[in-house]
Amino acid sequence: MTNQPHRDSAGATLGMWLFLFTEMFLFGGLFLLYAVYVGRYQHEFTAAGKHMHLGFATLNTVVLLTSSLLVAMAVTAVQRDSRGTAFWLLGGTILCAAIFLCNKYLEWSSEIARGIYPNSPQLAAGPPGESVFYGLYYLTLGLHGLHVLIGGTLLAVVALRVRRGIIHSGNPVWMENSALYWHLVDLVWIFIFPLYYLIL
Amino acid sequence: MNSAETTYLPTSSFWNDTGKTGIRAWIFSTDHKRIGLLYFYSVLSFFLIAVMLGLLLKLELMTPGRTIMGPQTYNAIFTVHGVIMIFLFIIPAFPGSFGNLIMPIQIGARDVAFPRLNLFSWWLYIIGAAIILVSLFTGGGPPDTGWTFYVPFSERTSTNVSLAVFGAFVIGFSSILTGLNFVTTIHRRRAEGMTWGRLPLFVWSLYATAWVQIVATPVLAITLLLIIAERVLGTGLFDPARGGDPIMYQHLFWIYSHPAVYIMILPAMGVISEIIPVFSRKPIFGYKMIALSSLAIASAGSLVWAHHMYTSGMSDTAIMVFSFLTFVVAIPSGVKVFNWVSTLWRGSISLEAPMLFALSFILLFSIGGLTGLILGAAATDIHVHDTQFVVGHFHYTMFGGTGFTFFAAMHYWLPKFYGRRYTEKPAVIAWGLMFVGFNILYFSMMVLGMEGMPRRYYDYLPEFARLNLISTIGSWLLACGLALLLVNLFRGLRRGEPVGRNPWGGATLEWSVATPPPTENFTEEPVVTHGPYDFKGAGIP
Amino acid sequence: MTSGTSGPHIIGYGALTKVWLALLLMSGLTVTVSRLDLGSQVHVWGPLAIALAKAGLVIAFFMHMRYEGRLLRWLLLIPLVLLAIFIGFTFFDVSYR
Repeated sequence: MTNQPHRDSAGATLGMWLFLFTEMFLFGGLFLLYAVYVGRYQHEFTAAGKHMHLGFATLNTVVLLTSSLLVAMAVTAVQRDSRGTAFWLLGGTILCAAIFLCNKYLEWSSEIARGIYPNSPQLAAGPPGESVFYGLYYLTLGLHGLHVLIGGTLLAVVALRVRRGIIHSGNPVWMENSALYWHLVDLVWIFIFPLYYLIL
Repeated sequence: MNSAETTYLPTSSFWNDTGKTGIRAWIFSTDHKRIGLLYFYSVLSFFLIAVMLGLLLKLELMTPGRTIMGPQTYNAIFTVHGVIMIFLFIIPAFPGSFGNLIMPIQIGARDVAFPRLNLFSWWLYIIGAAIILVSLFTGGGPPDTGWTFYVPFSERTSTNVSLAVFGAFVIGFSSILTGLNFVTTIHRRRAEGMTWGRLPLFVWSLYATAWVQIVATPVLAITLLLIIAERVLGTGLFDPARGGDPIMYQHLFWIYSHPAVYIMILPAMGVISEIIPVFSRKPIFGYKMIALSSLAIASAGSLVWAHHMYTSGMSDTAIMVFSFLTFVVAIPSGVKVFNWVSTLWRGSISLEAPMLFALSFILLFSIGGLTGLILGAAATDIHVHDTQFVVGHFHYTMFGGTGFTFFAAMHYWLPKFYGRRYTEKPAVIAWGLMFVGFNILYFSMMVLGMEGMPRRYYDYLPEFARLNLISTIGSWLLACGLALLLVNLFRGLRRGEPVGRNPWGGATLEWSVATPPPTENFTEEPVVTHGPYDFKGAGIP
Repeated sequence: MTSGTSGPHIIGYGALTKVWLALLLMSGLTVTVSRLDLGSQVHVWGPLAIALAKAGLVIAFFMHMRYEGRLLRWLLLIPLVLLAIFIGFTFFDVSYR
C-alpha cells in the first residue's frame, strides 16, 4: 500500500465510483416513489403510459447507448495517446448528448402543448394518480436531463484538454472519470426507459 | 512561562512553513490541518448562534403564555435552532474539524486522498450556510416548519422554505464529498504497517461515518429537491388531493435523517475510544468488537428509519418490523459502552478535562440511548411521541453525547495544534457547571414529556410551569459553564503553558509528530510497528 | 488486471463495438417484448430484467468493472443492496395499509 503516490489512479477511480453511488441513491429516491405509486395507481399509470412517446424514447435510448460507446472508445483512445481520435470521439459523444436533449425538448413541447405539465389545469381536473405519474415523469426525466447537460459540458471541457495535451495516457484521470459519469447517465436512462415507456 | 510573548508558535510548523501568509493562505489552503481549523471555527460559530436561539426558546418557555415572543417567532426560532444545530454544526462538526485535523496523521498520511476536493467541501459548507442565513432574512422570513420540513405544511407555508432547503442541499453535497474523500483516504493512504487492525478507533468510526454520508445524504438531497418542486412547480407528489401520499415524504426524509444521527454519534464514539485508554493507561478492551460495532451501527442504523413514523398512519406491519430492528441497533452501541467500562476497570485513571467529558459521555449517552429504546418500542412511543420526552432524548444523545465529546476533543487535541494548553482547574469547573446544568435542563424535559407536554408548542398547561422554570434555570447554568470553558480554552491556546510532543501519553501517530505538526505531517514516511493503544510498544510509560 | 499496478486495462474498439451491438439488440428485444401480448407478468418483468442485463454490460465493460479489483466490485453491492432495502422496507408500510 503506497502512502504518498505521485499519481493514484486506483484511488481516483475509487473516489469516482463512490460519487456514482451517491447518484444512484439520488435517483433511487425517485424510483422509490415510482415503485410505491405504480402499485397504488396501476390504472392511471397504465392509461398515461399509452400516451407516452415510445418513438422519441427508443431513439433516445439508441442515442445514449451510442454516446456511451463513443465515450468508452475515447477512454481507449486517450490510453493509447491517439489524441485526434479521442477528440473526435468526444465530439461525437457530445453531439449525441445534444440530440438527446433536442429530442427531449420536442417530446416535452408536445406534451406541454397538450396541457400536460406539473400543476396544469388539465391534470388538476384529472384523476389523482395521473398527476402523480406526470409529476414523477417530469421530475425524473428532468433530473436526468440536467445530468445529460452537466455530463455534456464536462465532456466538452475534457475534449478541449485532450486536444491541448493536458489529458493523455500519463494523466488520464479526468477522461476516465468523466466517462464513468457519462455511463451513469446512460445507466439511469436504461431504467427510465422501461419504467416510463415499456411496462405500463 | 512565555505567556507574555506575542508570537506563540515555538517552531516552524504548518502555521508558518508554507511561506504563504494572510487570509488567502487559509481559505484557499488544501492542507487538511488548515481546512480542519476552518471547519472548527465555522461550526463553533454556528453552534454558538444556535445556543443563543436555544436559550431564547427556554426563556419563552420559562412561564406559561407569552413570555418574550409570539407563537410565529417561537416556531421560527425552534426551526432555525434545529436547522443550524443539525446541518451547520453537528453533522459537519466531527468529520470536518477533528476528522480533517487528526485522521490523516493517525493513518500516517501526508494529507487526504483529494485535498482540493476537501477545500471545495468546506467552501460548499460555507456557501450552504450563507444561503440558509440569507433565507432567514428574505422572502417570507425564516421557516416555521421545524427542521423536519414535514408536508403538507412545508409546501404551503409562506415562509422562506425553498431557499433554506436549498442551502441544506448545498451543505449535503459538502458532506457527501467529505465522506468519499475519507473512505478513499483510509483505503489508499495508510502508511506502511498501518493495517486495518492497527487503525485507531477514531479512524474506524470516521470510516463508518463516511459510508453513511455517502449512501444516506443523496436521499436527503432528492427529498429537499422534492420540497422545492412541490412548492415551485406544484408537482403534487405528496398532496392527497392529487393522489400524493404525505407519509412518503416522511419515508424519504427519515431514510436520510435517521442514519444522519449515526453520522453525528459515530465519530464521537471514536473519540471516546481514543481518550479512555490514554487516561486509563490501559489498552482498549475489545478493539476488534469496537471497530466492528461502528460498522454494525452504520449498517443496522440504515434499516430503522420508520421508527420516527409510528403515529403517522403507516401500517401496523411496518410499525412492528421497524420497532424490532430498532432494538437490534442498540446492541452494538451497548458493546461499546461495555468495552469502555471494561477498559476503565483496573486502569490508572486521571481525571483531567478530556477524561471528565469522556466519562460523562458514557452516562449521558447511555441515558439518551436507553430513552431511545422507550421511543423505539412502538407501544411506549405512542405515549411519548412528539412530546418533550423526545426533545430530552435527542439532546442527551446529541448534546450530552456528541456535544460533550466535541468539548473533550477540543481539550484533548487542540493543544497539539496550537502548542499551548488550557488551565486545568477552570476547565474542571466548567465541566461541572455544564454537567449539572445539562441534566437539570434536559431531564426535566423528559419528565415533562412523560406527563404529556407536547414538543414544538409555544404554550403549555399550568401544571407544567414549575418543571419548565427549573429546566430554564438549568439552561443558564449550562450556558455559564460553556462560556467559562470557551474563555479558558482559547485563552490557554493563545497564551497558556507550552505543550510538548505528547502531553497525554498517547500511542497514536498524532502524538509522534512535532507540536504543532509541520505541513507535511511527517519528516520521514512512518513505518508502523505497534497498535494504537500499545503504550509499551510505543515506548510510553 | 488491476489498474495502478500493471498499467491500465485498455479495452479495444472492437470489443466495445461488440458490447454496443449487444446493447442495441437487447434494446430492440425489450421494445418487442413490451409491444407483444405475452401476459402481464412478462410485460412488466421482461423489460426490467433486460434493463438489468443491459446495465450489467455497461457496468462490466464500458465502465471497466470487469477489470477492476475485488474491492470495487464488492463495494458496488452496497448501493444495490441498500437501495433494494430502502424500497423493499417501504413496502412493509405501503403494502399493508
